Amino acid sequence: MRRFTWFNATSLTLGFAFLYLPMVILVIYSFNASKLVTVWAGFSTQWYGELIRNEAFLDAAWVTLRVAFFSSTLAAILGTLAAYVLVRANRFPGRTLFSGMIYAPLVMPEVITGLSLLLLFIGIGLDRGILTIVLAHTTFSMCYVSVVVSSRLASFDISLEEAALDLGCSPFEAFRLVTLPIIAPAVISGWLLAFTLSLDDLVIASFAAGPSSTTLPIKIFSAVRLGVSPEINALSTIMIAIVTVGVISASLISKRSAVRQETETRAAERI
Amino acid sequence: MNQTVFAPWNDPEAKPLIQFKQVTKKFGEFVAIDALSLDIFEQEFFALLGPSGCGKTTMMRMLAGFESPSSGSILLAGKDIAPVPPNKRAVNMMFQSYALFPHLSVWDNIAFGLRRGGGSKEEIAARVEEMLRLTRLTKFARRKPHQISGGQRQRVALARSLAKAPKLLLLDEPLGALDKKLRQDTQFELMDIQEKTGTTFVIVTHDQEEAMTVASRVAVMDEGRLIQVSTPDVIYEAPNSVYVADFIGDVNIIEGAAAQEGDAVTITWAEGQPPINARSTLSLSPGQKVHFAIRPEKLTISAERPDDAANAMTGKVLDIAYLGNISTYHVELPSGQVLKAQSANTRRIARRSFTWEDTVWLSWTNTAGVVLEK
Repeated sequence: MRRFTWFNATSLTLGFAFLYLPMVILVIYSFNASKLVTVWAGFSTQWYGELIRNEAFLDAAWVTLRVAFFSSTLAAILGTLAAYVLVRANRFPGRTLFSGMIYAPLVMPEVITGLSLLLLFIGIGLDRGILTIVLAHTTFSMCYVSVVVSSRLASFDISLEEAALDLGCSPFEAFRLVTLPIIAPAVISGWLLAFTLSLDDLVIASFAAGPSSTTLPIKIFSAVRLGVSPEINALSTIMIAIVTVGVISASLISKRSAVRQETETRAAERI
Repeated sequence: MNQTVFAPWNDPEAKPLIQFKQVTKKFGEFVAIDALSLDIFEQEFFALLGPSGCGKTTMMRMLAGFESPSSGSILLAGKDIAPVPPNKRAVNMMFQSYALFPHLSVWDNIAFGLRRGGGSKEEIAARVEEMLRLTRLTKFARRKPHQISGGQRQRVALARSLAKAPKLLLLDEPLGALDKKLRQDTQFELMDIQEKTGTTFVIVTHDQEEAMTVASRVAVMDEGRLIQVSTPDVIYEAPNSVYVADFIGDVNIIEGAAAQEGDAVTITWAEGQPPINARSTLSLSPGQKVHFAIRPEKLTISAERPDDAANAMTGKVLDIAYLGNISTYHVELPSGQVLKAQSANTRRIARRSFTWEDTVWLSWTNTAGVVLEK
């Protein structure tokens, strides 16, 4: 399927239009001078200015970033440990059950996860706020981290750890000095995944959030119920830009390091 | 020549460095090592040789501490090592995959074990430099493992495992990943380093040539048991069983019934064929079924019947394998048995004396082969 045909071109256009047309429209209207969302009245960046002056949005953004940072960090730690035990530990009773259960939140409806967390928080008398959102987000994103890290661990040469033990490391030192540096890229991409998931989660956050801790997705969702404003468009455009830059740079970095490694390996074989 | 031969295994006073005492290792129902006893002495270069799944790697992993025996005990310098975890053993291992840490430079890989030992910075640096010189890697100290060639990686792995000056170095198929030419060079390098450092080496290999080249003693293993433990020449010249004879090098095996008179043995093996004359110190019962094993290079091939040969048989050349320095002739005897005979190609191939379908004579002396009971 290398050749250009009208069929290929059409399917490609349709596919991409389906994916990106809504976002393109949103970006275009964020530069609309008119307050009416659907009427084009010339180019303007005034909504970006208004956004910066909007305290409520800025507060929500700050809450969201803090929640995303702490929950993804917690999820990276817990997810990595869980993956390590699941891949490395010898058979212990209930291992299969445990490894199945760690992936269950991936397919669990978010509403149910959110509701059960809410019941738990009320049950133990934990006031809803940033802490509860962090806990809730950690709960559902750690299994994503664990999936990413365990696939890396599965292809990890176990004799590297044995070599570390053989050279005098305690099991914890072997993990810290050898295993962790080698699986670090997987842990980082798990962290990024958890960060993104936390950033755009609406359902679970709305169960776990309290009055003083509104995250950005909750704020946008409630604002939209009163009508779409150009300010929301501007905010969404900024978020799209951040995600795009993040994804592109992450893939460029990993591709460049892979290419460098390969050329160096090939050069070494010729010595 | 006033050189004492290195053979502590013949000295009843010598204290072995490693002792396996009735060691058994089971994985579930599978018996990997079966009540095995073995002594390995200081400064030996000891080879564990056998096909894959014979238990040789399990023995090495028990020495390193990654597996523990199901029963029996392993003694290192007289002390039972069962309760000692791998990181506390004065034993280091060179892994088959080399297991170099990909995120560390060659220098840091070699220093890794030393840093765990808690020496001063200067001591560690001096030791690493010494190891780099020993393995001729000084130029590559700052490179990462993926930036050097396979042979260099192998030397880094060796330097890293020798850096802590272990009492015992374990080598798990150390040369498996190298091509043949590099492997042969490295074998001599290994022997050289072993002699320089005086470390006891235990090597696991399935390559009999490698074991014969490097080792002071070879243990031939099969299904978790030691079949024969001896010096390479004894293993080759005087195997104790058909299994060992067949595993090490090329061999002709002839089955027959023995008749003994003193140490002279006559083996009747096929109707219409002259019996084989051999010598053996075994005491055989009349008519006992035995195997006669003889190496192809011990058979002489000639056009005429040699006058004074203890054994001579005629046959037809079936096949010739030309290997450059030597040729192997497959000769079919009238009984249908095919014997392999090797001769050095001292003349150019165009002047070769024998070709396909030629009738030739095979002859050998009465001490050229061995009589085996099993």
